[in-house]
Amino acid sequence: MEQIIDILLLLLVVAMAIAMARLTNLIAIAILGGVYSLVLASIYVLLDAVDVAFTEAAVGAGITLTLMLAAISLSARRERLRRRPVRNAIAVAACSVVAAGMIYASLEMPHFGDPDAPIHTHVAPRYIEASPEEIGVPNMVTSILASYRGYDTLGETTVIFTAGIAVLALLWRWRRDGR
Amino acid sequence: MNEHLIVRVVTKMLVPFVLLFAIYVQMHGDFGPGGGFQAGVIFATGFIVYGLVFGIERLIKALPLRILLFGISGGLLLYAGVGIASLFAGGTYLDYGVLDSHDPVHGQHLGILLVELGVGITVASVMTAIFITFAERWHR
Repeated sequence: MEQIIDILLLLLVVAMAIAMARLTNLIAIAILGGVYSLVLASIYVLLDAVDVAFTEAAVGAGITLTLMLAAISLSARRERLRRRPVRNAIAVAACSVVAAGMIYASLEMPHFGDPDAPIHTHVAPRYIEASPEEIGVPNMVTSILASYRGYDTLGETTVIFTAGIAVLALLWRWRRDGR
Repeated sequence: MNEHLIVRVVTKMLVPFVLLFAIYVQMHGDFGPGGGFQAGVIFATGFIVYGLVFGIERLIKALPLRILLFGISGGLLLYAGVGIASLFAGGTYLDYGVLDSHDPVHGQHLGILLVELGVGITVASVMTAIFITFAERWHR
């Protein structure tokens, strides 16, 4: 039963990607992108990664869609199609080569849920065993993100800070008095 | 979107609950899925929807850029400040265990709460500021 749901959701993702590539109405493409993220979020829930699913739903389906719509309202509503057969052929070839390489690399990856996979034998057992006593927070993802990997999260926050400052510096029309 | 009565009324009713849900995700990040990043994004979405429906001037009036600039830098400073505080308390940088002199687990709880709050404030302010910048340009 679960396999059927998996296959249906993955088919939905593929169908959405093809539809996004073929449409020319940019608003429809942006909204389809939001739905695409929502379907991906449900796949993450099936994989028991609820924190990732939450982020995908909030960022991909929520804020990215809204910012895309804001950006579209600054430019055109429709994509202008030009016939460029050579360029399109090169793009298709490049995408196919990269996709084939990624599929080939995925054959070497450990199976889903394999207890001998490198990710389950490195530091993960230490976190799982020690987190309840050391941190005492029921959600282990939070204890890893905010405490064990506090430096990483500080760096990520700095990236977001830099992005915000850069957009404001480039696009905001500052007045002379600094407001 | 000033002429759409139903959208305006529904947004007016919905936005407080979106913001309340963001605060819940922020404060409940220790116990369930979620945390500062997701909470910040949801908080910003609430303000952005308000701006989309009621116009960018009313959003800027409710949330001036000066406040957003304080939020963008204040959240990051709060995060880095927790690290400095743990240095002064005698530990290493971002080692929250030393923040409570009696119980290291309490110190960890306090550190995670403050750090996630910093992430949430920065993310919410950056997302809202980016939207306001785009929308204000289009408006003129």
